[in-house]
Amino acid sequence: MKRIRIFIAILFPIIIIGVAYLYLKPLNIAVLNPKGEIALREKNLLLFASFLSLFVLVPVYALLITFAIKYNEKNTKAKYSPNFDRSRTIEALCWGIPAILIILLSIVTWQSSHELDPYKPITSNNPTLNVEVVAMDWKWLFIYPDYQIASVNNLTIPINTPVNLKITSDAPMNQIWIPQLAGQVMTMPGMITQLNLIGNTKGSYLGRSTNISGSGFAGMTFKTNVVSDQDFNSMIAMSRSSNKILNIASYQQLSKPSENVPISYYSYASADVFSYIYNKYMSSSNVNISSSMGN
Amino acid sequence: MIYFAGILGLLNVSAFKHDIIQNVGVAVMGLSAIFAILIITYMKKWKWLFTEWLTSLDPKKIGLMYIFVAVLMLLKAGTDAGMMRLQQSISVGNNQGFLSSSHYQQIFSAHGTTMIFFAAMGLMFGLINIGVPLLIGARDVAFPFLNSVSFWLFVAGMILLNTSLAVGEFSGAGWLAYPPLSELQFSPSVGVDYWIWSLQIAGIGSLLSGINFIVTILKNRAKGMNLMKMPMFVWSVFGSMTLVVLAFPILTVTITLLYLDRFLGMHFFTAGGGGNPMMYVNLIWAWGHPEVYILILPAFGIFSEIVATFSKKRLFGYTSMVWAIWAIVLLSFTVWLHHFFTMGSGSDVNGFFGIMTMVIAIPTGVKIFNWIFTMYRGRINFSSPMIYFMGFILLFSIGGVAGVLLAVPPVDFQLNNSLFLVAHFHSMIVSGVLFGYFAGITYWFPKIFGFTLKDIIGKYAAYFWIIGFIFAFVPLYILGIMGATRRMNHYSNDLGFQPLFIVAGLGVGIIGLGLFMQVLQIFVSIIKRKQLQDKTGDPWNGRTLEWSIKSPAPEYNYAILPEVKYRDQFWEDKQIRYKMTKKQFKNFNVPKNSYLGLVIAFLAFCVGFAAIWHILLLFIFGIVGILIAIIYRSLDENTLKMITFDDLTQEDKLRLKGSN
Repeated sequence: MKRIRIFIAILFPIIIIGVAYLYLKPLNIAVLNPKGEIALREKNLLLFASFLSLFVLVPVYALLITFAIKYNEKNTKAKYSPNFDRSRTIEALCWGIPAILIILLSIVTWQSSHELDPYKPITSNNPTLNVEVVAMDWKWLFIYPDYQIASVNNLTIPINTPVNLKITSDAPMNQIWIPQLAGQVMTMPGMITQLNLIGNTKGSYLGRSTNISGSGFAGMTFKTNVVSDQDFNSMIAMSRSSNKILNIASYQQLSKPSENVPISYYSYASADVFSYIYNKYMSSSNVNISSSMGN
Repeated sequence: MIYFAGILGLLNVSAFKHDIIQNVGVAVMGLSAIFAILIITYMKKWKWLFTEWLTSLDPKKIGLMYIFVAVLMLLKAGTDAGMMRLQQSISVGNNQGFLSSSHYQQIFSAHGTTMIFFAAMGLMFGLINIGVPLLIGARDVAFPFLNSVSFWLFVAGMILLNTSLAVGEFSGAGWLAYPPLSELQFSPSVGVDYWIWSLQIAGIGSLLSGINFIVTILKNRAKGMNLMKMPMFVWSVFGSMTLVVLAFPILTVTITLLYLDRFLGMHFFTAGGGGNPMMYVNLIWAWGHPEVYILILPAFGIFSEIVATFSKKRLFGYTSMVWAIWAIVLLSFTVWLHHFFTMGSGSDVNGFFGIMTMVIAIPTGVKIFNWIFTMYRGRINFSSPMIYFMGFILLFSIGGVAGVLLAVPPVDFQLNNSLFLVAHFHSMIVSGVLFGYFAGITYWFPKIFGFTLKDIIGKYAAYFWIIGFIFAFVPLYILGIMGATRRMNHYSNDLGFQPLFIVAGLGVGIIGLGLFMQVLQIFVSIIKRKQLQDKTGDPWNGRTLEWSIKSPAPEYNYAILPEVKYRDQFWEDKQIRYKMTKKQFKNFNVPKNSYLGLVIAFLAFCVGFAAIWHILLLFIFGIVGILIAIIYRSLDENTLKMITFDDLTQEDKLRLKGSN
């Protein structure tokens, strides 16, 4: 009977892990399936830190289970020392081993938070593409100042080209996340944050907001397309053929709250829209609520 | 801006209109309340309830009432969790699920707020009230009336939060209500005000409790119990209450400023007009991170008592443990920024807070190793508290490792606000905090009621909790890595999230079975209380003072105050067949009942309700009433009653005779 129970206790987790593995295998595990250098380095860091953690996790599990079996009160043969309550060696190890691991990990942390600073420009032979990003209720506006075009809920970038996102918000705080290209950055009204990323594999990757911002939050997703230079140029051409233009007047129309907004393009984006958006929260004259609501 | 409008403020008929699901919720709560009232009336128990419980200043009874309320809130917020997982299991692609996005957002906000402030905090203060005076050999807390006020403020906050279900609506801005979303501009309804005032009232109660227990621990210890002889639970409460006193004022001020923004149109945290929402995020986490340690430290303390007791062995590395607690207390104020590495603070700042966060893992790791070495060469009895302990180490370690990963800023960039994060903090708060409190309730139950809980049902409950936890949260770790963010009420079909959400929902169901088992355990134990009776007062072969008195413990705990020479005084007494030295019984005082705690909390509820709905007269009534109640109590000099030899329990009398 006891053997059967042990057998089941071992078999059951194996079956579950097997089923989970088979289910997950064909799926896109975004963070572990990076398509750009930044996300790749973040993934490697995640795996390295997980590996280091095993040096604490394994001893904890091993000791806990060994002691639990060996010193079960049913096992009367085991040694019993009710007054054993200190040991220099053991205590030194208890403080020492975690301390050493944390020192190691701290060095990695300090270096990586500098190397993978989202504000740090990416060095590359290709010139950097600038994109201005606005989180709105409840959609994303991407303005390409170099090309004077804009799009809603669609970010198209050329392959192997560093991209600098300048991000603000005309809504409550949001947080932009394209897990296969780079980690998250907050978007805040009246503030500009930055995110540098690069796409090294062609494809279409999901981006979303990860910070609750109101009723349309779950639908605040966008497509990030990493395309060849040629396709990027044709995207620009297509955008320029759109019949919509983005200026402050049309922006005020767009900024009205809307949910699950389809992709759209603007043939022309006025250069002052982005500064208009963040300045409207900065100006000191704007103290009454109605005028800071963006309508 | 409407400061005060008419006799009823903003309150009108539309506040009572809800959709069908909310109406069901209101009906269930209303009917259970009516049912409870009818039962009490039918059994003619109102007077008993009032004199024995509601007005009692006995910390054991206050503790039990805390736990009762907290368990109700655990069930309520657990139902919220079930609704969230159900929504996420079906709301895929074209199916929008059964909850609107605004209702869903209210549910997760209420879930987090209720679980932290009214379930976890309630269980914690309940166990502290029961445990601390007994463990330090005291008859009472330092300020018994203040203790009652704290408890009733907690209840007032709880009722206010639940009122939002029936009158108006609750906040949809998450459990920490980040502005500008929580500002009037984006959340014009009363929801956020409900959030502010239920936290404000309960938070002041917590602060008062913090002061009360620090003074209790410093002033009321038994003779001979110097600080380094205190049981580890007392040390952990000391650390936790220090954090309460240092951290809760930050919460009080922060949400007051948010309320001033909303009520008077100020601009502390607004998006425009010079407001600074990032300041709020910093302030709320300067409270919020210590809050996590406020909850976990007493759970650590409970595990320290339990592991030593059930291994029949001294706690390993007592001094290390004490230093670890104070290291955690100190460090918990230096890590708040790790909740928002993504704000763009720069790599030096992020690097510093990342490292500080990792450093806090060292004392936590030390504690885990010390518990494990307490088991070494012990004689371990695997009763249900030990099962919770095993589950705690197994699951908490994984959560801790996930926490260390999240402390590396670039890793956090990927996992912040994802379901990985949700799984991490539930690992800490469910398997750390809740398991600790469940173990503590099982452990001290006989001391309060005089009979033990049926252990076998408790074991099943623990197993259901552990297995349910694995099913409910391992999928969330995976979902987070797959790119699923928290607080989504809907997602598209091609992401492959759905099966994992369904498994997570099943996990919630298994946890529900665990909860059912716990309730069943209490009922079965009450029915079989004769068989389960704790005749000796020492059912676990205990080590600390509380097991030296009879079960259930009398109102005054100790007829004669104990003296302490050793850390595990009672254990040592048992080893040497310690004989009672001759002691003379002296009459002593215990506090009389007082209904004023109840009154003050009712008035505080009025203040909160008035502030939410902008009702001027009610607001003034509440404030003035509280002042009058405090003055009235301060002038009352007749607050004590004397316990004489004749009042003692039979057992205490016998023991006194034996010693004379």
